[in-house]
Amino acid sequence: MNRNKIEETIFKILMINSTIIILIILLLILLTIILKGLPAMDWSMISQTPKGGYYLGKEGGILNAIIGSLYLAGGATILAFIISLPIVLYFKVYAKKNSKIVMFTRFSLDVLWGVPSIVYGAFGFTIMLYFGLKASLLGGIITVSLLILPIMTRAMDETIKMIPIELLEASYSLGANRIETAFKVVVRQALPGILTAILISFGRGIGDAASVMFTAGFTDNIPTSLLDPVATLPLAIFFQLNTPFPEVQERAYASAFILTVIILIISIVSRFLIKKYTKYIIK
Amino acid sequence: MNNRILKEKFVGKIMLILVIFSGVLILIMGIALYIKARPILAVKPFWELMFSLSWHPLRGEFGFLPFIMGTLWVTGIAVIIAIPFSILSAIYLSEYASKFVREWTKPLVDLLAGIPSVVYGIWGVLVIVPLIKNHIAPFFGTFSTGYSVLSAGIVLSIMVFPIIIHISLEVFNSVSNGMKEASLALGATKWQTVKYVVIRKAMPGVIAAIVLGLSRAFGETMAVLMVAGNVAKIPSSALDPGYPLPALIANNYGEMLSIPLYDSALMLASLVLLLVVLFFNIISRIVLIRVEKSTQ
Amino acid sequence: MELKTHISVQNLNVFYGNEQALKNISIDIPDKKITAIIGPSGCGKTTLLKSFNRLINTIDEVKVSGKVFVDGENIFEKKADVNRIRKKMGLLSQKPYPLPMSIFDNVAYGPRIHGMNDKKKLSAIVEKYLIEANLWDELKDRLHSPASKLSVGQQQRLCLARGLAVEPEIILGDEPTSALDPRSSKHIEERFLALKNDYTVIIVTHILRQAKRLADYVVFLYLGELIEHGPAKEIFENPQMEMTKEYIKGVIS
Repeated sequence: MNRNKIEETIFKILMINSTIIILIILLLILLTIILKGLPAMDWSMISQTPKGGYYLGKEGGILNAIIGSLYLAGGATILAFIISLPIVLYFKVYAKKNSKIVMFTRFSLDVLWGVPSIVYGAFGFTIMLYFGLKASLLGGIITVSLLILPIMTRAMDETIKMIPIELLEASYSLGANRIETAFKVVVRQALPGILTAILISFGRGIGDAASVMFTAGFTDNIPTSLLDPVATLPLAIFFQLNTPFPEVQERAYASAFILTVIILIISIVSRFLIKKYTKYIIK
Repeated sequence: MNNRILKEKFVGKIMLILVIFSGVLILIMGIALYIKARPILAVKPFWELMFSLSWHPLRGEFGFLPFIMGTLWVTGIAVIIAIPFSILSAIYLSEYASKFVREWTKPLVDLLAGIPSVVYGIWGVLVIVPLIKNHIAPFFGTFSTGYSVLSAGIVLSIMVFPIIIHISLEVFNSVSNGMKEASLALGATKWQTVKYVVIRKAMPGVIAAIVLGLSRAFGETMAVLMVAGNVAKIPSSALDPGYPLPALIANNYGEMLSIPLYDSALMLASLVLLLVVLFFNIISRIVLIRVEKSTQ
Repeated sequence: MELKTHISVQNLNVFYGNEQALKNISIDIPDKKITAIIGPSGCGKTTLLKSFNRLINTIDEVKVSGKVFVDGENIFEKKADVNRIRKKMGLLSQKPYPLPMSIFDNVAYGPRIHGMNDKKKLSAIVEKYLIEANLWDELKDRLHSPASKLSVGQQQRLCLARGLAVEPEIILGDEPTSALDPRSSKHIEERFLALKNDYTVIIVTHILRQAKRLADYVVFLYLGELIEHGPAKEIFENPQMEMTKEYIKGVIS
């Protein structure tokens, strides 16, 4: 009897410590990025594109990568949204109950979620070769949109699933057909959940490097067309860190700080939306 | 009126096409990579490529064994570190923690999942690599640059914490209260109930969670690329550098089109990654669906 | 009728967050009788039942005040040993919850938890209580197959055997037949009638006829308040309160 108590105490200590260690690591990561990144920050980092010799330690900033990442992640999010919204609406409104296609697609998307981003990069590269497309904003957008498709679709699916069937029936009984019900009732009801899904996907898209290495290229300029190559923040961080010059490496820390701030903002806003949303579905 | 019906049918068809597209996307990926990998498979048999040590693209020798071993080292280290920490915290959060602790910890764990891998890489370079170079290697009386499979494994383990915790939490929560109450009502303590009932019931799901974490570690690229050292030799200890498959692909995309068969070899590497990850994912997803069904 | 008190509830209040689930309940539950707690759903029947073995404390944000005496000991006292108190009571819940192990291990679970490791004695215990729950003949050849493979009716009887195996004094039933088919329900009811010679039985039920068939003593709750309690005969034939009359006639349900 007493042995059991001792065992429980030991395990409880281990469990609490594990949780605390994980939280401390999170804190340590954020702290390292802030302490290393903030001193290396200056206004030119976010207001200028790289000037000649930037990667040797000369003047300039990473505006090209910031804008490039926003373009790329933004474009990919829009494209993924255009594909995934009809998919989840089909699941809810058109598909029959226990439809084989729906079960298979959900499963397939869950599996797709686990595919490493480097594989998406290699696949995107293959497709681009096939269509004769060079590394460009468009190539990056297509690849990243495929990468975030499973995340966005399953996240929206989970919230839309929760909408009670009675609501749809009420809409049908007023004479609305399925498209009208889908876009006017389902989308409106699930709007906060849809926004959260979009934000999460955008955050994933902006942070990913391995998938855009092959497909988006890299440039010191801000792209002016979809067919221009484009710089991205994660790759800018990677390249700056790989130079042998300490002052350029410090710029990598500053860039990592910028990327982390963007991710933090996205995650706080989406958390806020989730809170609001769960309040809303309680009844 | 007729127009409305036509429109409804038409939109439904478009939706169905998109559903089918996303359903078979994974097959398309596999086929595309296979087509690209075929040239090298035509020259050398698959198993010979996988078990050959010699990697000299200019001489046309593409032996993947060093990279496969590098991947196994980093994934293995990551999983060994991640399992105790994440399972213990998941049990704590689902069975012991107060509501307050739970509600504050979960979003923080999810935040850990949202940090981009390149940031993990930087952190690894700034914290873990020096730690190993200056403290851990000297402690064992050897020298290491710090860029090693151990560094990569440690960084990866942190990256898979949130995956294992998140999914195990769902699994633990799916153990019905009635079952826990049945055990408590017999006079079992909380710990006995956790040990004999909750963990036992959740075991298949927890293993699935671990496998999903493992497959994430298996394919993770950037962070590993930044801290593993990237030397194409089989590591003989955890303090040696390694060169995992994803890092190989990411590091050489620039030159691969200028050397014959190089691109095909890298696409084969991607295909291997895809197939291994698919295998792990399909199995664990099936287990998780079973777990979900058995609790309904 | 002569009644000896087994459980005595004094001024029991239970809050879930800000919602009060039980309002100032005071009753005495008689020893070695079947007591039925009746009332419409959501009136606090299950809450009252779960207060008896303190399962109520496993719920988040629950507040309890008042006293519950079992054999003269206040179980809500700080230093009360919850596990020993729970061991005194077997619980049958609305749905059977077999533990994720074999039939044998389900019955042996309780005794093992409480330190019994002798294989021979455990086998004897399993046999004894499976017989008592009227399951032995059906299951004796497959004791080591998983309990989840049994029919729902068999599972509920297995849960009864599992509860009896820790040698409780009290059996708590939370609508124990609600998930069962009529034949299995009858089985369980017969068990209860047989058990009341040795145990104090308390069941929550919303089936009035079941209460009439089984109960010696009846407690009527409505919206968290104790409306009336007394020997079954008096409550069913001559209820004092208007509310009880209406409930028994089926006006409120």
